Amino acid sequence: MSNYNNNNFSKGTDFAVILLYMIMVAIGILCIFMVEYNPNLNWSNSFLTAKTNYSKQIYFALFCAVIAIFILLMDSKVFTAFANILYVLGILLMLATFVLGKNINGSKSWIPIAGVFNLQPAELCKIFTALILAKFISKPETDFSKLKSHLIAGVMIILPAILSVMQHELGLALVYSAFIFAMYREGLPPLILVFLLSFAILVIATLLLDPALLSIIITVMAGLFILNLIKKFKRNKKAILVIIAIWGICFGTIRYTVPYIFNNVFECYQSTRIYSMMGKEYDCSKNVKSANLSVNKKAAKKPDDYNVKQSKIAIGSGGFWGRGFLKGTQTRGKYVPEQHTDFIFTSLGEAFGFVGTFTFLILYLFFLFRLIRIAERQRSTFSRVYAYSVVGIFFFHIAVNISMTIGLFPVVGIPLPLISYGGSSLLTFTVLVFVLLRLDADRQMVLR
Amino acid sequence: MSVYNQNRGGIIQIIIGIIFTLIIGQLISLQIFSNKYRLAADNNAVYRKIIYPDRGIIYDRKKKALLENTISYDLVVIPNEAKEVDTAMLCEILKIDKVEFGKRMIEAIIKNTRVKASTFEAFLSAEVYAQLNENLYRFPGFTLSERSIRSYPYNTAAHVLGYVAEVDVNFLQKHEQDGYEMGDYAGMTGLERFYEPILMGQRGVNRFLRDNKGKIQGAFEKGIYDTVAIAGRNIFTSMDVEVQQLAEKLLQHKIGSAVAINPKTGGIIAMASSPGYNPNLLTGNQRRKTIGRLLLDTARPIYNRAIKGQYPPGSTFKPLGALIALDEGLITPSYGYNCRGTYGACGDPRKCEHHNPGHASTLQLALANSCNSYFMQIFRMAIDNPEYHNAKVGYLKWKEYVNAFGLGRKLGIDLPSENRASIPDTAQYNRDFGGAKYWNSCYMLTLGIGQDRMTATPLQLANAMAFLANDGFYYTPHFVDSIENQDEEDNAMLEKYKIKNEVTKIAKQYFEIIKEGMHDVTVMGTASMIKVPGHEFCAKTGTAQNPHGKNHSLFVCFAPKDNPTIAVAVVVENAGFGATWAGPIAGLMIEKYLNDTLTKESKVKAENLSNVDLMPAAIKSWYVRNNKTEMLTAIEYSNDAIADAWDMEMLSEIAPVKKIMDTAKKIDSLPKATPPSKPIPSTKINKDSALDPLNKKKKATAKKNVKL
Repeated sequence: MSNYNNNNFSKGTDFAVILLYMIMVAIGILCIFMVEYNPNLNWSNSFLTAKTNYSKQIYFALFCAVIAIFILLMDSKVFTAFANILYVLGILLMLATFVLGKNINGSKSWIPIAGVFNLQPAELCKIFTALILAKFISKPETDFSKLKSHLIAGVMIILPAILSVMQHELGLALVYSAFIFAMYREGLPPLILVFLLSFAILVIATLLLDPALLSIIITVMAGLFILNLIKKFKRNKKAILVIIAIWGICFGTIRYTVPYIFNNVFECYQSTRIYSMMGKEYDCSKNVKSANLSVNKKAAKKPDDYNVKQSKIAIGSGGFWGRGFLKGTQTRGKYVPEQHTDFIFTSLGEAFGFVGTFTFLILYLFFLFRLIRIAERQRSTFSRVYAYSVVGIFFFHIAVNISMTIGLFPVVGIPLPLISYGGSSLLTFTVLVFVLLRLDADRQMVLR
Repeated sequence: MSVYNQNRGGIIQIIIGIIFTLIIGQLISLQIFSNKYRLAADNNAVYRKIIYPDRGIIYDRKKKALLENTISYDLVVIPNEAKEVDTAMLCEILKIDKVEFGKRMIEAIIKNTRVKASTFEAFLSAEVYAQLNENLYRFPGFTLSERSIRSYPYNTAAHVLGYVAEVDVNFLQKHEQDGYEMGDYAGMTGLERFYEPILMGQRGVNRFLRDNKGKIQGAFEKGIYDTVAIAGRNIFTSMDVEVQQLAEKLLQHKIGSAVAINPKTGGIIAMASSPGYNPNLLTGNQRRKTIGRLLLDTARPIYNRAIKGQYPPGSTFKPLGALIALDEGLITPSYGYNCRGTYGACGDPRKCEHHNPGHASTLQLALANSCNSYFMQIFRMAIDNPEYHNAKVGYLKWKEYVNAFGLGRKLGIDLPSENRASIPDTAQYNRDFGGAKYWNSCYMLTLGIGQDRMTATPLQLANAMAFLANDGFYYTPHFVDSIENQDEEDNAMLEKYKIKNEVTKIAKQYFEIIKEGMHDVTVMGTASMIKVPGHEFCAKTGTAQNPHGKNHSLFVCFAPKDNPTIAVAVVVENAGFGATWAGPIAGLMIEKYLNDTLTKESKVKAENLSNVDLMPAAIKSWYVRNNKTEMLTAIEYSNDAIADAWDMEMLSEIAPVKKIMDTAKKIDSLPKATPPSKPIPSTKINKDSALDPLNKKKKATAKKNVKL
């Protein structure tokens, strides 16, 4: 307690993370430079003119550095104290987008501030949700082994997610599932993970296989289980009921839930993307949302896998050693759409090949493991929950973003943390990391 | 609490590790184990621009260019950039309607996609070019592109030079190793084909980086993969363009062929085939119009009779027959045969043109008078030569001689698809007469006078004369003497034309006797009315019976008598006596070659001769019937179809050919008729060529859509 008010902010700060953070931001600026490089322009001038994206990103980074120092100079208690208010503020801002929102790239999730800067409340809400989740779990009266607590935490997480979906930002909504890491760490039963994993496998199987065939397989499996365990049932009659219940859930998922999600929840283009991942074609006429739209837009049929195809070509053409700095033809020819934001990984993969991508991933793995190590050394639950939330958010972004560029995941608009172009995104991740570092500096304290 | 006893942080680390491993696994498969992405990236972004070098020029012996390169312009369109085009004006200039405009646009898109340039109209006329050039700013997306085409300043030697055409799918398949691409031009026939590797030069390739909209971003890798175009090399032939023109002129309105060889080198001085065509008609935008008409012409103007026409040599074979008998020691020069107008030694009497006794009392006289009986007799003597005991062996020996003289086999001229004509094999007679023991010299008696199954091409006949002129050897006839910047490889290629073909060791004195006899032909014999001012020459007439109608008129000769520098063979189909038609043509050619000019009388004679129309009636009536064939010109023929027609053998006896001759000009002047209402299957042919597999592939890769 004595030196907690110390002005020397370097005390207890984890410089390894700061170093990794700076490397990442530098790589990001380099990648954006590769995307935008034009041999006909004098690039040394354009670095400072703020007319190109890489130059803007440098200014964003400088701004973030100021914010980062500011956060490191703050009092850790601020975060616990304002967690609730910030969360409410975030939700209100998200609601405000429905009124004030500016339409950028088809999603109305941006609020223009003074006509200069566009704020995306959904991005900020990630930080606020992490804080309130930490606050909630760290409360002495919360027993996180109870279902009730799980449900309350779930509501906190799902509320901004639902708002994001309503803003047509599916990617941002999905990010909120990243909080499962923190919740799992704090006592969410592993069965829920198993259950979610099984559900995911079932959904994928439903997409891959003929539903009728899958139903038969499930039924046969259930039957075999019952036959196999028939002797045990004499002692335990509940087991047979469990198996039948599981069978019922599976059957319902295959027959009703999955088609419902694809036809009624997802937009036509989302369903199409997911189907095309599996190498199948989605019939948009089944989609309720597109049925409403299709009256006005009839010729909306476009090959939806163009992005992924070009992205894979870019990464694949890099080969082992890469095509060299500024020599990637996919990048130079602007074949990959949205390359400076969501598909920034492709410029890295093309220019520096497997060597580059592997090094990059290892670097990020270090970063994540370092964050986990930081999380585990916290005395206060608040800091630990927050740390795992940060790990989850980072990991989810990295995994989904890279997977979609290499064709392992359907295309959703999720930036690559610290690398992708965008001030909002860079600021969010900076705040996430430096708040954690601020908390970590006071790891000996018990924050509530 | 149980949670704190578990290592849940570790499990989270494991989950993260697994996902990262999956990602790295996919990266390994993308970046290390598949190279298709690299290809796909190059397909996307690297634009190869081919730079076509100028083709080599072909010169005659006096360094006159038989063909040249001229610039022609194409109108090229990039569909994506063709916005707000003044369509009405463009249609007016090109004389097409808007439907056609739309059709061509769609064709261009199908062929080369929206972002690549396609030809909208090829080979613009000077007038259309000027109009377009002036108004080009009204047609965004349209550009004028240069291309080099052939032109023929002397309008001559079409068959020899051949022509250049765009390669098609079949050609590409046949020449897979030679690096041709769609849109390339290549020599298809004649010297253009035979010397294609030399004439074409080396294409240059410039690689550019292209962005997703097809715009060029600059050189690819700063041009380190670019290659420079190397112009095709010129070739120098032994042809004489004036003799060639004269030969073609004299053969006008006749069917036939004339070949002149320099015996000293084997270099061909002239090679004419009639009917012919103006080679300028097969270049540029005239090609489409002309080629169909030429192909359908029953007189077959694109058929090179000089190397493919098979004619019975008739009496022109007699000197060679005599040479065999002399060399085998069967006769002496003083050997005589008492011919009384028929040869009856084999039962069925054969006619001879002469009745007066003593007209074949020596070899020299027999040659001068062209006595059939004499030469049938010595042919029989050769076959029934007691030395061999057997007619078959005797025949094979005789055939060996004939083949050595260059008949019945391919000579190896530097033109594609030469015909070997025919000196029959014993197997053929065995088949004809039911076995080897059922025939003897009487059965193929007329071989001795160049009839029966014996045929020869005009080239072979001229070469046989070169052989006689040289006293027993010949150089393989050829056009090309030297190549610009000739290298080792070229030397190797031209090597075979420098080798003496000296297969038979026949005593020189026998040649003297034959030459004397042939000289007598021009002095007192069958060709005595043919004179070459200032030169003595040796000749032999031929009047060959054939199953297609009137006798063919043949004439072979060489001059001057003592130091021959030109050997000529002329064939005029269905014309009659050799001395009447073929003879004067050969005489005038020799005169032109040796004296470099024609005398006044000769000029008049040449003029008259060129106006004589010896076209068979059947062919004339074909023209009358078919002068409404304008419709056929719209059909586009593949190069293969033309090559097939080119390769066609002379028609068989079963289906007598209607032969005809006319120049392409004459066809041009035929009255134009209204197009027929019946559609022609031309669209199908066009479609097939437009949708070749290569283009399909390009189409597939270029399909894209930018939408996140």
